[in-house]
Amino acid sequence: MKKMLKYSTFAISMLGMVSAAQAVDLNVVSWGGAYTASQMNAYYKPYTKKTGVKINSIDYSGGLAEMRAQSEAKNVTWDLVDVVLADAIKGCDEGMFRPIDMDKEMAAAPDGTPASKDFLKGTLLSECFVPQIIYSTAFAYRADAWGGKKPTKMADVFDLKNFPGKRALQKKAINNLEWALIADGVPLSKVYDVLDTDVGKDRAFKKLATIKKDVIWWTEGAIPPQLLADEEAVFGTGYNGRWFSAINEEKQPFAMLWDGQVLDIDGWAVPAKGKNVAEVMKFVKFATDTQRLADQAKYISYGPARLSSGPMVSKHATLGIDMGPHMPTKYADQGFMTDFAWWADNGDEMNERFAAWLLQ
Amino acid sequence: MAIPPYAGPLETTWYFTFRFLCACIFLFLITPILVIIPLSFNIEPYFTFTSGMLEFDPDAYSLRWYEDFINNTQWTHSVKNSFIIAIASTILATVLGTLAALGLSKPHMPYRSLVMGLLISPMIVPLIISAAGMYFFYSNIGLDQTFLGIILAHTALGTPFVVITVTATLVGFDHSLSRASANLGANPTTTFFKVIMPLILPGVISGALFAFITSFDEVVVVLFLAGFDQRTIPRQMWSGIREQISPTILAVATILVMISIALLATLELLRRRGEKMRGISPG
Amino acid sequence: MANGNTQGEVVLAADGTPLKESLNKAMRKNRIRALLLVAPLFIFILFSFLIPIFDMTFRSVDNWQVGTLMPNTSLALKDWDGKAIPEEAVFEALIADLKAGAITREIGKVGTRLNYEKSGMRSMITSSARKSKKVKEGPYKPIVFKMHKKWKDLETWTVIKRNTSAYTIGYYLNAVDLKFDKSGEIVRQPENRQIYGKLFLRTFAISMAITIICIILAYPISYLLATMPLRYSNLLMIFVLLPFWTSLLVRTTAWIAMLQSQGVLNDLFVFFGFIDDANRLQLIYNLTGTIIAMTHILLPFMVLPLYSVMKTIPPTYMRAALSLGANPFVAFVRVYMPQTLSGIGAGSILVFILSIGYYITPALVGGTGGTLISNQIAYHMQSSLNWGLAGALGALLLGSVLALYTLYNKIVGIDNMKLG
Repeated sequence: MKKMLKYSTFAISMLGMVSAAQAVDLNVVSWGGAYTASQMNAYYKPYTKKTGVKINSIDYSGGLAEMRAQSEAKNVTWDLVDVVLADAIKGCDEGMFRPIDMDKEMAAAPDGTPASKDFLKGTLLSECFVPQIIYSTAFAYRADAWGGKKPTKMADVFDLKNFPGKRALQKKAINNLEWALIADGVPLSKVYDVLDTDVGKDRAFKKLATIKKDVIWWTEGAIPPQLLADEEAVFGTGYNGRWFSAINEEKQPFAMLWDGQVLDIDGWAVPAKGKNVAEVMKFVKFATDTQRLADQAKYISYGPARLSSGPMVSKHATLGIDMGPHMPTKYADQGFMTDFAWWADNGDEMNERFAAWLLQ
Repeated sequence: MAIPPYAGPLETTWYFTFRFLCACIFLFLITPILVIIPLSFNIEPYFTFTSGMLEFDPDAYSLRWYEDFINNTQWTHSVKNSFIIAIASTILATVLGTLAALGLSKPHMPYRSLVMGLLISPMIVPLIISAAGMYFFYSNIGLDQTFLGIILAHTALGTPFVVITVTATLVGFDHSLSRASANLGANPTTTFFKVIMPLILPGVISGALFAFITSFDEVVVVLFLAGFDQRTIPRQMWSGIREQISPTILAVATILVMISIALLATLELLRRRGEKMRGISPG
Repeated sequence: MANGNTQGEVVLAADGTPLKESLNKAMRKNRIRALLLVAPLFIFILFSFLIPIFDMTFRSVDNWQVGTLMPNTSLALKDWDGKAIPEEAVFEALIADLKAGAITREIGKVGTRLNYEKSGMRSMITSSARKSKKVKEGPYKPIVFKMHKKWKDLETWTVIKRNTSAYTIGYYLNAVDLKFDKSGEIVRQPENRQIYGKLFLRTFAISMAITIICIILAYPISYLLATMPLRYSNLLMIFVLLPFWTSLLVRTTAWIAMLQSQGVLNDLFVFFGFIDDANRLQLIYNLTGTIIAMTHILLPFMVLPLYSVMKTIPPTYMRAALSLGANPFVAFVRVYMPQTLSGIGAGSILVFILSIGYYITPALVGGTGGTLISNQIAYHMQSSLNWGLAGALGALLLGSVLALYTLYNKIVGIDNMKLG
């Protein structure tokens, strides 16, 4: 009897192992923190509930370094990566990511509009990329810094006389050069035309130099809200989601300066030589359908990348705030999108020049 | 260097000025390490002394950040990882390093200085270069983002210390002892464990401690090689400092200072024991 | 008769073999035993450390992209004289390569590689590859010209031809602020892109400054420790050894707590009225912060060798000089200090080697003004992904460290390296 019990437990545990081996776990890589939390709530948990497929959430800090190392070594352990558009384009060109047929492989809108028409115009810039959210990099300022005076335009950031104090900027060339030109009077639509000339590049660096003494350079996205909160800086650039939580959740006395905001897109890319491509495509189809994208906006203030999700964006899940006015897409006309092709060509040179400029 | 009784006013002034200067330098060395200890008990989330703390108001102190440390799974996870990696790489480094040191100190070792130079190279090459090299190579063979990869990397970084400390104890080693043991009929294994081992043990242990602290404190290689699951304490502190400075880091730092005090005490005991065993009395 | 005599002259060992042979055999056995003991670690270090380092430096000259991914174009350009835009045959080869690259989706690697040499080539290659899918038949030259205007530039072809070779010095040129100009001559980078040469100089200058500060701070306390009775000096030694054994990140954190503008030191200054609350000193996230924190971290490496040298100097020398009537200061400079030079040398090289390769502390407290060459290597490793340049910068740094280490070995000898 005892022996039989032993055998049967053995058999059952073997069966358990076999069935565990059949169900695939997906290694999904994303940014961590509040952002991954919103994805867990909106995508991972419902998907596991629906299909039984387990999602291993892995955090990374962005960039293509790990991805390139994995694909060079031909040992790809990641099944799905959350990337910014610029990295998707670069990775797609270098063959790290798999091209996706939007209409065939992704879900159509509830009214039947094919995916390629339902995603916002200008978001499908890489064939390896399924957009999730629109976010923006924008300035926020301490509302109590200059008495009743409030900055309203990009030029105010570069105006040390009327708006004195430190500015917290990200330590890289991208965005800062564009903002310098905008503050110098270049219209939004002409920024890259000007930047493409040698005169324009000099002009941008010259304008940036006017505030260089008053800049605190940051490298991690969590820092600028802290700098403003500690009154170490009066202006700061940062991701709008972080500003949202500083203003609405932590009740910091900050306000947004939407003028000159840089709109950017974040989404999924599927590693080309991943081990579970078929499985992961099912997940991506689920996670980027209209309902799921609208759900995510309940947890974080980033705009869904589908037209059909827009009207479904409602109130924040815990704060109960109407999320509409906090979506960067609402102020799209005051902002612009990065010209990724230009940066892909000129990024190496501009970053070197920027680093040399910082050393001066 | 006591002040001589015949010293004039100039010498006396110099004597005290010199002592004062030295005191300042010692203060520079020790203050930052001591300052973080009280700061880690600050009830406020600041990196500085509050007026309550300066008045020794018990309400200004708390164990809040220590609780935060214990209740945060990321931190506790990193503590576990740090110990797994450090202990495994210490064992490997100690075994490999001790064997090599025994070989290196044999009088017949060919190409001694060249081999020695190569073996201790992980100590000389700047960490960023080691990390970069290992990053490429280890990801090529699928060892990046694995415990094994980090353990092997840390073993490589730790062995030079074992080689150096054990070789140093063997310099004073009297080879006639092992010959005597052989003459008396002991086989090499017996000789090793009964004669050589007790004599080089202090060197082995201090080498092992160096290897341990090298791994325990290492962050550059971990930055490159570790995935999220292999984050160690220093890695966690690194992102803590870069991303959000919270006094939890000070609590962790205080615990680490306590660990280094313990290590320091162990080393001092070993040094005394080693001197006694080799008949060198502290003069 | 003669035979018998010579046989008798050979000294035999106990087992009957000639003693010389037997000794040789024993020597060989000992040598093999020594080698066997060293072998496991040697093999381990070889595979886990030396080969990876070699692999990294190899990347700094490796130039596989164009030759491998554009084989037809490379072949067709072999006999091109570089004087005018190439012939139709080259364009045909180019289209074939672009088509193949667009299918394997690897042509972007060529674009990335060429873009390091000349900005703008990335999009030229990738967009042309995308368009090449639709190309049916020649003549190909006008088709390619329509794909991107840069194909009409002679320089485009010069750059491609230069990079068809399997090895390049391009990354090294970049690492010392040089580049190829339009005609392929090596020239200096324009002023506003000169960065790595400056950073190397700056790294050396900062390391030098730290080394000098360490000498100035270590000398008096080592002297005090070496001349005190042992029971006191052992106690004071804790002040040196505790920092030495404390985690690097703990010490860096401690300096952030001390130096930041809301930190301990600034609070003290405000409290004593040296500065007012609105004008707190910026002591960290700049060069000052880097130098203070690194000096603190490296000071024990100067104190320990100095102390061990000073310990061996008999106090009688100084007493003799003094009793012979020398002024104490003169006696110190002319009699005592020369005897400590080897300690200063050993400590200086150690501190200097460690500081030129430093990464963590400058990255955390250096801000923009206090970063070193290591930080730039890490940037190219992790952010820009220009691994060839990272390899070249790393190889140059490694070269300087090894040169210094050889010097250290000459002065001190690695056998005399002491720890703790």
